[in-house]
Amino acid sequence: MKRRDVIGAAAGLVGSVWVRSATADADELAAAVAAFAGGAPVRAGRVEFDIAPLVENGNTVPVTVRVQSPMTDADHVKAIAIFNQRNPQRDVANFSLGPRAGRATVSTRIRLAASQQLVAMAKMNDGSCWSRTVDVLVTLAACVEP
Amino acid sequence: MARALITMPTTAKRGDVIEIRTLIAHPMETGYRAGADGAIVPRNLIRRFTCHYNDGRDEVQVFGAELFPAVAANPFIAFSTVATASGTLRFTWSGDQGFTQTETTSLTVT
Repeated sequence: MKRRDVIGAAAGLVGSVWVRSATADADELAAAVAAFAGGAPVRAGRVEFDIAPLVENGNTVPVTVRVQSPMTDADHVKAIAIFNQRNPQRDVANFSLGPRAGRATVSTRIRLAASQQLVAMAKMNDGSCWSRTVDVLVTLAACVEP
Repeated sequence: MARALITMPTTAKRGDVIEIRTLIAHPMETGYRAGADGAIVPRNLIRRFTCHYNDGRDEVQVFGAELFPAVAANPFIAFSTVATASGTLRFTWSGDQGFTQTETTSLTVT
């Protein structure tokens, strides 16, 4: 590898680092949560958010969201969403469910660019919104290494 | 054709809630990263995932997901569904650069 290649790669890395200012991100997170709620008040509770509080590798972080709901035609979860504070985009994933899902539980693996706050939200069929906020520490951030 | 893994029971009792775990080989390139030459690698994501359950009478979407760059490479998604009747489940992933893949599995309900 030539010296100029190394310098070029280093310059590219600096441009791709995901970390941004904290207050602007908190506002954006609140805005994303409000947009998902669509005007309904967001209450804390009914949502369980399983994620390791200390994440060693931000490139793949297992998460599970469980919502307390009987999942019947009359009372079920319509959507589950995960939002983050300090990745380049506030959205992580949106899941759409219904009574045929049987259980309001979803698992996936996500990327985290920095130690930050995550919000899991559930939207019920009656329009109410529930949320759970967690703080995670990330030791190796996603996307810093190519 | 990307390699996809779907783990679920092949038989279930009527009314049981079964867990379905899916994994597909895909880089989930975010569009925020630079390659070795310093140029941004173009975004290449799976944007949508759906699961349709055809139980012989009708086909219903039982689960759907919209994915963003913060989903890890080789997206893993686990969810559940109610075993209503014997039939097939159709899984579809679609995304950037014309990516689309469909897998089907069958479920026997007793």
